[in-house]
Amino acid sequence: MTTYLIKGAAIVDGSATDLLIRDGVVAAVGRDATGRGAEVIDADGLVALPGLVDLHTHLREPGREDAETVESGSRAAALGGYTAVCAMANTDPVADTAGVVEQVYRLGRAAGLVDVQPIGAVTVGLAGERLAELGAMATSAARVRIFSDDGHCVADPRLMRRALEYVKAFDGIVAQHAEEPRLTVGAQMHEGDVSARLGLTGWPAVAEEAIIARDALLAEHVGSRLHICHVSTAGSVEILRWAKQRGIRVTAEVTPHHLLLTDTRAESYDPVFKVNPPLRPSADVAALRAALAEGVIDVVATDHAPHAVEDKECEWGYARPGMLGLETALSVVRSVGLSWDAIATRLSRVPARIGGLTEHGQDPAPGVPANLTLVDPAATWTVDPAALASRSRNTPYAGMTLPARVVATFLRGSPTVLDGKAVR
Amino acid sequence: MIRHLLSAADLDADNATLVLDTAAEMANLAGREVKKLPTLRGRTVVNLFYEDSTRTRISFEAAAKRLSADVINFSAKGSSVSKGESLKDTALTLQAMGADAVVIRHSASGAPHRLATWVDGSVLNAGDGTHEHPTQALLDAYTMRARLGRLDGLAVAIVGDVLHSRVARSNVLLLHTLGARVTLVGPPTLLPVGVDAWPAKTSYDLDAVLPDADVVMMLRVQRERMDDAYFPSVREYSRRYGLDAVRMRKLPEHAIVMHPGPMNRGMEISPDVADSPRSTIVEQVANGVSVRMAVLYLLLGGQHK
Amino acid sequence: MGHPRTAGPAAGKTILTSAELARVVDRIAHQILEKTEGARDCALLGIPTRGVPLARRLAARIEAFEGNAVPAGVLDITLYRDDLRLRGTRALGPTSLPTDGIDARRVILVDDVLFSGRTVRAALDALKDLGRPRVVQLAVLVDRGHRELPIRADYVGKNIPTALTESVHVLLTEVDGLDEVRLEEKH
Repeated sequence: MTTYLIKGAAIVDGSATDLLIRDGVVAAVGRDATGRGAEVIDADGLVALPGLVDLHTHLREPGREDAETVESGSRAAALGGYTAVCAMANTDPVADTAGVVEQVYRLGRAAGLVDVQPIGAVTVGLAGERLAELGAMATSAARVRIFSDDGHCVADPRLMRRALEYVKAFDGIVAQHAEEPRLTVGAQMHEGDVSARLGLTGWPAVAEEAIIARDALLAEHVGSRLHICHVSTAGSVEILRWAKQRGIRVTAEVTPHHLLLTDTRAESYDPVFKVNPPLRPSADVAALRAALAEGVIDVVATDHAPHAVEDKECEWGYARPGMLGLETALSVVRSVGLSWDAIATRLSRVPARIGGLTEHGQDPAPGVPANLTLVDPAATWTVDPAALASRSRNTPYAGMTLPARVVATFLRGSPTVLDGKAVR
Repeated sequence: MIRHLLSAADLDADNATLVLDTAAEMANLAGREVKKLPTLRGRTVVNLFYEDSTRTRISFEAAAKRLSADVINFSAKGSSVSKGESLKDTALTLQAMGADAVVIRHSASGAPHRLATWVDGSVLNAGDGTHEHPTQALLDAYTMRARLGRLDGLAVAIVGDVLHSRVARSNVLLLHTLGARVTLVGPPTLLPVGVDAWPAKTSYDLDAVLPDADVVMMLRVQRERMDDAYFPSVREYSRRYGLDAVRMRKLPEHAIVMHPGPMNRGMEISPDVADSPRSTIVEQVANGVSVRMAVLYLLLGGQHK
Repeated sequence: MGHPRTAGPAAGKTILTSAELARVVDRIAHQILEKTEGARDCALLGIPTRGVPLARRLAARIEAFEGNAVPAGVLDITLYRDDLRLRGTRALGPTSLPTDGIDARRVILVDDVLFSGRTVRAALDALKDLGRPRVVQLAVLVDRGHRELPIRADYVGKNIPTALTESVHVLLTEVDGLDEVRLEEKH
């Protein structure tokens, strides 16, 4: 295994230092970091971050390998600075059995570009009717700890209560896609001025907020951990703040796109901007940014959702919701003003803790697993959909010039990205 | 002039007035022995209809043919469209056929906007989902101007299912551009969240609005909306928001009654109102051809190749 | 079209002054009277923009000379032009025909300048859709040559040999605020 000496990288406290990476761990930091025969990486001017961790990724395999595979999604993740991603369960077949989660887990190991941690479905077939075999997935080789029907809400309150209770047995967490389905029948975009004008069926903020409030109360009642996926409204932030003040064990994520883009993007009717939950007005965007700064929202998660061309190059109403995120997340959060320390916290340390990914989210220090990423903070780049590593092209940032670029990513001491290119 | 007509908002006051004035000249031709003009000879106009709407398709077809354009009717039924060909592939086919204009009717809001990104020719929105129907608004404005002599300052009440109405959206935008004052009337469930941002007033009380209205436009209300709990029953709807002879007496003497069709007689409009001399429903159809000729002429006549 | 032409002092060379233009109109009126047995059954149809006031002036002069009223109408040819693709859409003007129509009449088309002949061709097409005149004739104030179609005028106010690099501007009080004909170099 090659030894690497990273010279002159700024760690998140701002000071430049050297990092010796040997045998999969950070062997030394600072003046002690010298290694005979080590390959030297000049990191002058670069920022070293703990490898990013995504709690919310759709890898599409099995089932829609035309849109993404575990391998192509892993490559996109590594290029985005990630060393671990949590793969959502809405594949085909659904990841609702030990067999499917182990398959995804093994595909992730085989690709070897990031740690792929499968998320298990809460209910069989995501149908919201019966609990999936959560325990079997927890004890499988994939060691599933996060369970989610993402894409669908666990709408039945009794079923949600049971899920929250049941996963306590193996310190699991339920990640809720908060969307009251009866309030979003046929919904296409945020319900407000823009939807009224565009004649697109509205997705009211209350459909998200009502579920978050309900589930926070349920989590309190049964003493469970609850995670809220892709929080998108100012009202949700208020409810989360209230729940946290009350001591409820709830965590929440926000996506990069909800931090940057607003519902006016729908005016083009280009479904690349169609996503669930939908893009919201600027007041919500401002509230989400503030909540992330305050810690009411704990993490940034991509909700990377690749879709084949035919599912996006069509009428808005027929398009599937979702957008790419892995390769742009770091730059987007940087563009909305997150400090490097905040990025390390919200995109690595905290998501690793929530997901139980103990090897990840640790700042470089002697002995910790060498999962880290080097970022050029001064670089800018223009997003070209065709140049992305994902198999899909549905990035909402096409043509945008964004700050900061990942130069190198290390997974347990091995480079997955060098000179801004995937090693394989 | 603009290249596409996707929304009534594409027309500023000058362009909208130009369309109406041009339509007035086109209407004069309707009385001539030879109704055909050579203006668009050699141009191809495609009617791409994903929704059944015989009246709109025929109106566009008559307009295009009177201007000597070649008309191709491409309807979703019995074509590759119903076999799952995507809008984009259809667009590329039309492009290859050299369509100078595509008139599109589609159940999905924004489909014309998408089409406009894939074809070089002009795209005319002939009704998209619950979004807009700009030529309907133009013919409504034309009809109002013809009957009442002006648009500036007119009080227009648009009554019914505003939430799902493309006619209402286009009319609000166009009438505002042309200086009319619009009041949207309906049960709160059928007025969209966000309607406050529109350049129109809203009311839940039809009887309060009628005495000051110069024009009352009744929108079609689908019975199925009842199943989604937008209103409790047809009877209650028509009692509160239907226009019958008794209610029509509240209108000023000169006021006119419009309906974009097709009507649900007995639901939003009673038969005696629909057939009264105040009703412009038949004129609206005739004016539709003149207005569509004007739009085709203005969009295509000046198209630079 | 339809807007007053700019009349700067240095703009080209004057071909006809106001007084000369009036004499030319009189001469055309006389020619029409001679060739049509006192303008019997005639209808003058002006082609917008400047053919319209010219037709009205001719009708007025004919009436002044002989005492018989000749109807003067307007024939808008916009929808019959063959250069829409090149020159773009224009606003339509009204067409107004004599109240008893043009069937079996002698229709005299009136325009300011005869050039390629395409305008007249369009006017003939438009006329065909409006009725069936007995005879159609053409009266122009200026014939500048360079015909692209086999068309000639029956009544010409003035022949002006021109180069293609030149343009002829007819200014009429009703439209432009003064009477004058000018020859200008194109820019």
